[in-house]
Amino acid sequence: MIAALTQLLLFQLAGEVVARGLGLPVPGPVLGMLFLFLALALRGGPDAELQTTSQGLLQHLSLLFVPAGTGIMLHLHRVADEWLPLLLSLLVSTFATLAVTALVMRLALRSTPTEGGQP
Amino acid sequence: MTPHLNEIWVYLAASPLLGLTITLVAYQGAFWLYRRSGMNPLANPVLISVTALVALLSLTGTPYQTYFDGAQFVHFLLGPATVALAVPLYTQFRRVRAMLLPVLLGLVAGSLTAVLSAIAIGKLFGASTPTLLSLAPKSVTTPIAMGVAERIGGIPSLTAVLVIATGILGAVGARYLFDAMKLRDPAIRGFAIGVASHGIGTARAFQVSEQAGAFAALAMGLNGLLTALMLPALMPLLSRWLG
Repeated sequence: MIAALTQLLLFQLAGEVVARGLGLPVPGPVLGMLFLFLALALRGGPDAELQTTSQGLLQHLSLLFVPAGTGIMLHLHRVADEWLPLLLSLLVSTFATLAVTALVMRLALRSTPTEGGQP
Repeated sequence: MTPHLNEIWVYLAASPLLGLTITLVAYQGAFWLYRRSGMNPLANPVLISVTALVALLSLTGTPYQTYFDGAQFVHFLLGPATVALAVPLYTQFRRVRAMLLPVLLGLVAGSLTAVLSAIAIGKLFGASTPTLLSLAPKSVTTPIAMGVAERIGGIPSLTAVLVIATGILGAVGARYLFDAMKLRDPAIRGFAIGVASHGIGTARAFQVSEQAGAFAALAMGLNGLLTALMLPALMPLLSRWLG
């Protein structure tokens, strides 16, 4: 577990250094994810330890959101002031995204000779 | 309160132990409720923990910053967890090569729809600019969304809450929408849920079918990456639009 955590932290560190060093507008951990993905492609996949550790970390992903989510207490007045645009935006945008993604994929699948999914 | 208890409280209130412990206890309790409800998406464990913690902190008059001094140790793990997303991304990526083009087209269309429609509707109904910028990355998994919000001038903690709300909406509603659209392919259903409502939607898709779950996990990772690259690059255009 320690070796896998060390790997994850090293990739995150590399991501932070490159993002800040080159002034890229991308969060460091995202670049770290990209680097790890490339490393996995070169290596032909994760070792057992990295597989287990990342699975454990991602299984409890929702716990990691709690401290940031609790930060809502700093913004209660903003949510109270702007609840209508927030509610409508979340509702319409989420359903529009679901529908657009699905429709575009269905169209693209129909117009390419079927290699994957059902017709 | 006896002077003795008072001394203990003064000590605990100033140490990071309390903030860290109540975060874990609140989450354990919320997760127990979630399981008891048969994993009902409305009983989302993050929503329940946050509500309980906000109530507790408000009742005891504890400032958020004092709480966060302890909770930051949990918060810090979001970084390594984001990096760890590369592992499922890599595992799913090989399965999906066969339908690469439809997947990429769906991804780009969905990702743009998520960002632009959220901003457009928010602006139409009078949301302020910091709120709009906090809304923009709402379809992406929280660690990425918060990083993007910080970069483009939104409020990361507000984004976290909006992301969670988006996840719950998609997880609850997707099924009815797709049934109405007569859309049955589990690969398409799963991928669309992953693009629109990230990890919470993905967890839901896995409960429906293995294939839908795999495509949702892939979509969550790809949309996180695309939004993190695209949204900061779009900012010069967006800030002209937002005025």
